Amino acid sequence: MWTLFQIELYKIFRRPRTYIAFAAITALIGVVQLGLKVDGKEYAEFVMADFNSSFAVDGNILNGYFICYVVLQLLLVHVPLLIALIAADMISGEANMGTLRVLMTKPISRWEFILAKFSASAVYTILLLIWVAIQALLLSMLIFGTDDMFIMKSSYAVVIKADDVFWRYAGAFCFAALAMTTVAALGFLLSLFADNSIGPIVATMSVIIVSTILSTMSIPLFNAIKPYLFTSHMITWKEFFDLKVNDMNEAIPGTIQNPQKLWNSAMVLMAHIIVFVGAAGIIFKRKDVLS
Amino acid sequence: MAIVSVQHLSKQFGSFSAVNDLSFTVEAGDVYGFLGQNGAGKSTTIRMLMTLIAPTAGSIKVFDMPLATHRKEILQQIGAVIEKPDVYKYLSAYDNLRLFARLSGLQLSRKQLMDQLEMVGLAERGYDTVRTFSQGMKQRLGIAIALVHNPQLIVLDEPTNGLDPQGIADIRNLILRLSREWKKTVIVSSHLLSEIEQIATRVLIIDKGKKIVEGSAADLFDPAQTLVELTTTDSSFAWNSLQQSQWAGVLKEQRGAQIILQLHRNDIPELHKALVQMQIGVISLQLKHSLEDYFLQVTAGKQHVDAFSN
Repeated sequence: MWTLFQIELYKIFRRPRTYIAFAAITALIGVVQLGLKVDGKEYAEFVMADFNSSFAVDGNILNGYFICYVVLQLLLVHVPLLIALIAADMISGEANMGTLRVLMTKPISRWEFILAKFSASAVYTILLLIWVAIQALLLSMLIFGTDDMFIMKSSYAVVIKADDVFWRYAGAFCFAALAMTTVAALGFLLSLFADNSIGPIVATMSVIIVSTILSTMSIPLFNAIKPYLFTSHMITWKEFFDLKVNDMNEAIPGTIQNPQKLWNSAMVLMAHIIVFVGAAGIIFKRKDVLS
Repeated sequence: MAIVSVQHLSKQFGSFSAVNDLSFTVEAGDVYGFLGQNGAGKSTTIRMLMTLIAPTAGSIKVFDMPLATHRKEILQQIGAVIEKPDVYKYLSAYDNLRLFARLSGLQLSRKQLMDQLEMVGLAERGYDTVRTFSQGMKQRLGIAIALVHNPQLIVLDEPTNGLDPQGIADIRNLILRLSREWKKTVIVSSHLLSEIEQIATRVLIIDKGKKIVEGSAADLFDPAQTLVELTTTDSSFAWNSLQQSQWAGVLKEQRGAQIILQLHRNDIPELHKALVQMQIGVISLQLKHSLEDYFLQVTAGKQHVDAFSN
């Protein structure tokens, strides 16, 4: 199993396609950082327009922490596509190349094969998110500096002390890794049903888009299924940036307003991963390799 | 000792029966020729043997172990090239070989891997990516991968597909070496009778998923039953002349400009002389090896025999 996992990782990182995602993220974040570096003041004034009449805000609002939050909100819509590019190709790509046939004549069990392949795609997902973290957080901290973080919610604003932010990002990235691994598991499952990777990639994105629409529409018919859709839980990482408040309505450093919600969402995502990978294993065990 | 024992094997794809109640045995040291036209069920049978697809019915034993319950142990002793020799095109031949060796549980040294590539004549191109390889080179790499873990049984499904004459000869010689020098058991499938004829010790012919005939190659390719195709300038004249001669008994049929004869291989030079004496304008006289003709021969009046007498 360990050897198989190493081989799968080796194959992933020897393919030029793998680096498209890393290059795309570098370009996307770079563009946002460049734009905010050049025209950041205007953007900050636009964001603060509603608050300037009520608050006097000083300090560096446009700091690395804030930039990272902006980037994450933008990117976490697009990252699933980049994840699907690899995960939805894991089995279908092998079938397309004909190598699935060769692999299955080797003395490896089909369950080991599925688990090794999924583990490798999960590692790819995590590495991609680490790359996002390096680019969006660390690089932004270097370029824009650090200060207290100011976030606008729908009906209120949150200010988080600079020394209380970094661990929240660590938690948010871990949660995002879990959410993106769920996307990888879905793409991986769908990759069993085709002999080329286009179909599973499109199917994965279609499921995510439809589920996201259902998650965001406030229609009673859909409200009952929302808690079970993994897309409803993918944005729960934002909970790391909501703090508990005291009687004076002041944020309490080191707290999260609703940790139970984070836990519940993590469990739902974990359950989805187990179901998707379990189904992939059961289906693949019985599958005739005809490619 | 039976290396492979297949009993009443069947495979259904929906209502289509790809393999139907097929039984055969491969003995140690055999070069077992597996013959059939395209779509006869050869690849489906080989895929079941390699656990790529599950049988609908029947059983397979390899090395005296049931394949269904001893898959890993059995596959450790089998090397296979199924249809095309597909490998990772973005990797070099060396990296592909190293990767598949590790999948077979081997951590080979650089020298050992290069020796393996040398054996199939790819050492000089070992570090080039496979996407730059010709079909023949890919086929040789596929064979190197199949042999890298020194298996006892080698399964080659249509190994000469897409190869030029030199490539076909190379594969043929390699199979003979595997059998004679390294004492391996080889199962080789093909739709070309001429190919199998030169290397097989035993042969199984299947058609529409059913066994037509199984037996030793010496019996199956009986020289007394050789089919010859005669093309002349005037086939009607040639047919009539032969009918009135001592060769009337070997005439099989007339197909347009061609006349098919069945005779002992040793009599062909005499036939040639007789044609000249009868002043028949011969354009060509060639041995027929197509399966279609062979099927006509083996199925005439006797469909689906159980076994060919040894």
